[in-house]
Amino acid sequence: MQTKRMTFSSRWLPYALLAPQVLITLVFFVWPASQALWQSMLREDPFGLRSTFVWFRNFERLFADPHYLAAMKTTAIFAVGTTFLAMGVSLLFAVMVNRMLRSREWYTTLLVWPYAVAPAIAGVLWWFMFNTSVGIVPYMLQGFGYDWNHRLDGTDAMILVVIAAAWKQISYNFLFFLAGLQSIPQSLIEAASIDGAGRMKRFWTIVFPLLSPTTFFLMVVNVVYAMFDTFGVIHATTEGGPARATNILVYKVFRDGFVGGNLGSSAAQSVILMAIVIVLTVIQFRWIERRVNY
Amino acid sequence: MFKQSLMAATAMALVAPAAASAQTEIQWWHAMSGRLGELVEQTAATFNESQSDYVVVPSYRGTYSEAMNAAIAAFRAGEQPHVLQVFEVGTGTMMAAEGAIIPIYQLMAEHDVEFDPDAYIPTVVGYYTDPDGNMLSFPFNSSTPILYYNKDVFEAAGLDPETAPATWAEVEEFSQQIIDSGAATCGFTTRWPSWIQLENFLALHNLPLGTEQNGFAGFDAELVLNQQEPLIRHWENLARWQSEGIFKWAGGNDGPDAGPTFYSAECAMMMESSAGRAGVMANAPFNVGYAMLPYYADVEGAPQNSIIGGATLWTLSGHDEGDYEGVARFFEFLSTPEQQAWWHQNTGYLPITQAAYELSQEQGYYEANPGADVSIMQMNLNPPTENSRGLRFGNYLQIRDIISEEMEAMLIGSISAQDAADNIVERGNMLLRDFESSLQ
Repeated sequence: MQTKRMTFSSRWLPYALLAPQVLITLVFFVWPASQALWQSMLREDPFGLRSTFVWFRNFERLFADPHYLAAMKTTAIFAVGTTFLAMGVSLLFAVMVNRMLRSREWYTTLLVWPYAVAPAIAGVLWWFMFNTSVGIVPYMLQGFGYDWNHRLDGTDAMILVVIAAAWKQISYNFLFFLAGLQSIPQSLIEAASIDGAGRMKRFWTIVFPLLSPTTFFLMVVNVVYAMFDTFGVIHATTEGGPARATNILVYKVFRDGFVGGNLGSSAAQSVILMAIVIVLTVIQFRWIERRVNY
Repeated sequence: MFKQSLMAATAMALVAPAAASAQTEIQWWHAMSGRLGELVEQTAATFNESQSDYVVVPSYRGTYSEAMNAAIAAFRAGEQPHVLQVFEVGTGTMMAAEGAIIPIYQLMAEHDVEFDPDAYIPTVVGYYTDPDGNMLSFPFNSSTPILYYNKDVFEAAGLDPETAPATWAEVEEFSQQIIDSGAATCGFTTRWPSWIQLENFLALHNLPLGTEQNGFAGFDAELVLNQQEPLIRHWENLARWQSEGIFKWAGGNDGPDAGPTFYSAECAMMMESSAGRAGVMANAPFNVGYAMLPYYADVEGAPQNSIIGGATLWTLSGHDEGDYEGVARFFEFLSTPEQQAWWHQNTGYLPITQAAYELSQEQGYYEANPGADVSIMQMNLNPPTENSRGLRFGNYLQIRDIISEEMEAMLIGSISAQDAADNIVERGNMLLRDFESSLQ
C-alpha cells in the first residue's frame, strides 16, 4: 500500500486541525465512558446523597444472576435476527430499484421516508398493528389459523421486535447498497453476460463480492444499532416481555437505571455492553475484513 | 417596519422580567399529559390569579419515572424544582432522601399555614405518612382500581346488566355464561397487574405483602406474599382462566392492551384505575357499569378496603427560604374544598379531604354521574389495617418489573403460581436489601 505524506508549513497546524475531533471524542466519549466506569463501582442512592465504593460487587451480582446471562442470549438472537433481516430486505430492494431506469428516483425517495419517522411514533404504529385485540396483523393471521399473541408467546414477541427494529434500519441500508451497486462498473457485468452467466450467477459471483465493503460497513453499523439503539422500539411494543423473552441488554440498562433509579447496576451493565461491542468490532475488523475486497 | 417591531420586542423583553420580579416563581414539575396536563395548567392559573405574591410555573417532564429521574438529575446539578410530582411507588425512594426533601407537615408548621391532617381522608393520606402519623407529601392525584363492565354484553348474555359480579366465583360464572352465549369471547382483562392482582388483592383480603407493616415500619422489611394462600389460589385461577379464555392478559407493567380489549367488546369486564373513568367513557361505544373489585368470599375479613395509586407532590430543598412560603400557600390552595371538588370531578381522581367529598355530594355530582363514587366507597369499606394502608418498599419499581415477569412466566405455564410467588420474594428481597444497605 502507498502512503501519502503531507508536509505542513507549521509544526502545530496538524495538531490544531486534529484538535476539534480529539476534543469531541474526549467530551462525548472518553469522559462519559469513564464516568460509567466509575459509577459501576459505586453503590449509590438516586439522589447521590450517599455513595459507597464497592469495587466489582455490581459486576459479581450481574454475573451471578441467571436472568442477566439469559438476557445476553436474547440479545444475541435479537441482534443477529435484526441485522440479517434489515440487510437482506434492503439489499433486495436496492437490487430491484437499481434495475429501474425512470422510476428509480421515485422508489428511492419513497424507500427513504421511513427513516424520518420518529421512533416513538413508529413504536406506537407497531403496537397498534400487532395489537392482539384490534390489530390488523393478528386479524389476518387468524385467517390462516395462526393465533398471534405476543403478550404471552415469547417467539411471537421476538418476531415482532425484530421486524420493528429492522424496519427502521432498512432505509439507511438501502441507500448504501444502492450507492454501492451503482459504483460497480457496468462493463464487468456485461462481460459476464457475454460469457453466458445468468442473472443469479452474475449477482453472486460479481455483484455481491464487489459490494462486500458496503456489506461489511453496514454489518458493523447494524450490529451496533441493534445492540444500542433499539430500546425505544422495545419500550413501545413489548417492554421486554413476556417473561423477559425480549429483554435485551440495552433495555435492561434503561429500565434498571432510568426507570428503577439503580445507577450502580445500570452503569455496570453499560460497561459490559461497551466491552461486548468493542470485542465484536475488533472481531469484525480482524477476521471478516480480511475477506472483503476493496 | 421590521426594525420597529424588533425594537418593540426588545423593549418588552427588558420590561417583562422587571414586572414579574415582584413575584416569586415556584417551579412545579409534573407528569400529566393530554387532558390531565391542561387541568394542571388550569390549576396553576387559578392559584396565580388568586394572589399576587407567587407564580406557580408548571412544566411537563414526561412520564412519572421520567419526571422523577429528571428531577433527581437536576438535584444533583443544583437545578431542582420546588415541587415535584412523584408516583406512589417512588415514595420509599423520596422518603429515604433526607436532606433533599422537606416533609409537608414541617413545611406547613414553619410557615404558619393552617394545616389539619384530620381533614384528609385517612386511607388516602395514610399511604404518605411516616410511622408517627406525620404527612410527608401532598396527595395530589390518587386513584384506586375498580371493575368496569360492559352492560350491553351482560344483557346479551342473559345476565342482569345492573348486577356486577361481587366475588371471584361470580366472575368465573358470569364469564362462562358470557362466553357460552357468544356475547363476547373473553370474560375479563386487567390493567396494572401488579397493582390490581397483587397489591390491591392482598389489601382487599387483609393479607400482608411484606413484613414491617408492608414496609411502613422500616426499610428492613421482607416480602411474604408467597405465604398467602388466597393469592396463590387466585394466581392459579388466573392461569387456568387464561387457558380457558375467561381471562385475557393485556401485558405486564401498566397492561397497555387492556383498553382496546375492553373497548372492542372482546372482554366483557376490565379492572382499571378509577382515574381511567374519563378514558373509558370517551372510548367505550356501549353502556358501562362500575363496581367494586371482586374478592374470595371464604377469606375472613374480605373485602377489607382497597389501596391507592397515583402521585403526590414532594417539596425539594435547596431554594431560598422565602420561596417555601409560596409552596405552603400553594398546598393550602390545593386543599380547599372548591379546588379539590373541581379536580376530583374533572379528572376522576379521589377527593383527598372529607369536605371535598361532601361538597361534591351537595353539588349532586354522584347522582348525575352514577358509579363515580364506587372508588370512594371501596376505599372506605373499613378502617385500614396494617395490611391495607399501602406499601412502602425501596426499589419497588424494579420489584414491580419482577412481578410482571414472573406473572407472565406463570401464565405461559412454564412455572406454577407458587414458584412465581417464591421467585418474586427471592429476587425482590435482594433488591430490598440493596436499598437498605444503600442508606447506610
